[in-house]
Amino acid sequence: MQIFRASADTMLRLGLAVVLLGPFCAAAFGMVVVRSNYMTGENQTPIQPVPFSHAHHTAEIGIDCRYCHTGVEKSARAGIPPTKTCMTCHSQLWTNAEMLAPVRDSFVNGTRLNWVAVNTLPDYVYFDHSIHVAKGVACTTCHGAVGNMKLTRQAAPLNMGWCLECHRSPGGNLSPPSAIFSPFPQEKDSAEIEALLSHYHVSNAGLTDCSVCHR
Amino acid sequence: MTAAARYLSDLPDAAVTGTVAAPVLEQRFGRGWWTGFLISLALTVVMIVSIVWLLWKGVGVWGVNTSNVWGFALANYVWWIGIGNAGTLISSMLLLTRQRWRASISRFAEAMTLFAAAIAGLFPIVHLGRPWLFYWLVPYPDTMGVYPQWRSPLVWDFFAIAAYILFSLMFWYTGALPDFATLRDRATTRGRQVFYGILALGWRNSARHWKIYESYYLAMAALGVPMVVSVHSVVGLDFAAGLMPGWQETIFPPYFVVGAMYSGFAMVVVLAASIRWGLGLQALIKPAHFDVMAKVLLFSALVMSLSYATEWFFAWYSKDQADRYLVWWEFFGTYGPIYITMLACNCVIPQLLWFRFARRSLAWLVPIAILINVGMWLERILIVVVTPARGHLPSQWSIFWPTIWDWLLLAGSLGFFALMFFLFVRLIPAASMHEVKARQYEEAQA
Repeated sequence: MQIFRASADTMLRLGLAVVLLGPFCAAAFGMVVVRSNYMTGENQTPIQPVPFSHAHHTAEIGIDCRYCHTGVEKSARAGIPPTKTCMTCHSQLWTNAEMLAPVRDSFVNGTRLNWVAVNTLPDYVYFDHSIHVAKGVACTTCHGAVGNMKLTRQAAPLNMGWCLECHRSPGGNLSPPSAIFSPFPQEKDSAEIEALLSHYHVSNAGLTDCSVCHR
Repeated sequence: MTAAARYLSDLPDAAVTGTVAAPVLEQRFGRGWWTGFLISLALTVVMIVSIVWLLWKGVGVWGVNTSNVWGFALANYVWWIGIGNAGTLISSMLLLTRQRWRASISRFAEAMTLFAAAIAGLFPIVHLGRPWLFYWLVPYPDTMGVYPQWRSPLVWDFFAIAAYILFSLMFWYTGALPDFATLRDRATTRGRQVFYGILALGWRNSARHWKIYESYYLAMAALGVPMVVSVHSVVGLDFAAGLMPGWQETIFPPYFVVGAMYSGFAMVVVLAASIRWGLGLQALIKPAHFDVMAKVLLFSALVMSLSYATEWFFAWYSKDQADRYLVWWEFFGTYGPIYITMLACNCVIPQLLWFRFARRSLAWLVPIAILINVGMWLERILIVVVTPARGHLPSQWSIFWPTIWDWLLLAGSLGFFALMFFLFVRLIPAASMHEVKARQYEEAQA
């Protein structure tokens, strides 16, 4: 007596293939998703209360990064400026501009402007802006060419692999002191890299120890 | 009649098949099966609840602390993986060395290996602070830019156990393949025909099938021996690679292999006695089987005693203050009574097996085997908790005492193991019909 139809063999083979390939495909799918901009936030432009243009304020009119992000050289956080910083200019300029109404309201009412963080790191990462700036990592190395950003977007995936790429081989990501706060990344040749490494006393020894970033 | 004949049944071939296949095909399981099944099901629920509670609250629900970090989880892991050892040894080492007596006990011993190894694999995962990240042990292309730490025995452990579980599953399944075909052909209901038909993978009992089967099975067996030795060596290295008194000992890998064989065979004896009684396999599993397994136990007991003595000797011979103190503390410290109990169970009581009556009478052998399992479990507990309790740094000395959740997870894992076995005896032929018949044929030819 025949228990199975002639097609059973094919079905079994197909079933085995699904059982074996299914988890593999699921894992591969997960690996793709976790790298997607949707998960990392790279190239995403959050909607801000005021459409602030870094391109205009840095590249076009030449304000230094540190004018607003005052903490960047001395503390872990670069800092989001208070409304007062905006009003140093905008109490005189574009005082009636519709676009700036939330800024004026904030200043008058003393309520904060709810800027949306563009670059966020998990709480278990100890990240300090000051040491990166002091050791020659330019703003644009991580934040991208803000001089081109009419609206601010996340320029890097900000995952651990991305951090480690630089911590394993920092040379290519260093900039001369003059270019640290430039709104555009600067080109440099390989001879310069060696000079920069010795200038900043940077070596990758110990830079990938767990406790450098996880304390 | 050859010496191997005492391991063979007196039944004709058809009766061998009938004895093994009948419980599975006729499904005559009475109140005893259901009672056991429901108790082990309840314990399995206990296991699930204690794992969920652990995941919810964290490892703080256990008795572990900042220096005694492993506790029951790792001790249970080592114990369970050791239980699994015997199945692989019976299936591969005894096959390669042509020990005929393996035929009627290999199937459930291999099932025991599979279940025990699967349970063992669970413990290192749940002992992680964040068990859901256990897959970080796998070298997959991650976004963190890091790889597993290849110098860590815990990573070797992961590979050893994963390979071992996969191997055990494949070997066990292969061994059962011709028997699944037998069940398919003898099944009377459509459901069973399809179930066993799928498991039999179209086995037609042709000479070509058998030729391929035999060479594949033998090759797997040849893989199995180094595999089982390596997996228990790696378990030993989990400790031996740590720079702690009582752990950093070169004897650990072989000592763990023998220890695993010891507890594994003790468990096989208990299971063989239960299955023989429960399924009425007295014709297949004979006193001679228990006799030879008791000899393996006796041999292991001697090796284990020698290993303990070697540990004491080397602590003294090393002149290392920490090592010497640890051995003294094992006997006279907080866990002293447990250590003495362990020595009694593992070294002293099994000496009864020198006597023929203790080897051949289940009333003696089964209690001894259970005591060996208790003793081996105590040994694993002591290995895990004594060293962190009295390490090099006195400020870090701390005692581990289990909490209710430690005990519940242990009890639950035993229940889950029993549950798997209760299902196993209902679904899968508990002894290898084809192999018993092959041995009987060889005997008839001889």
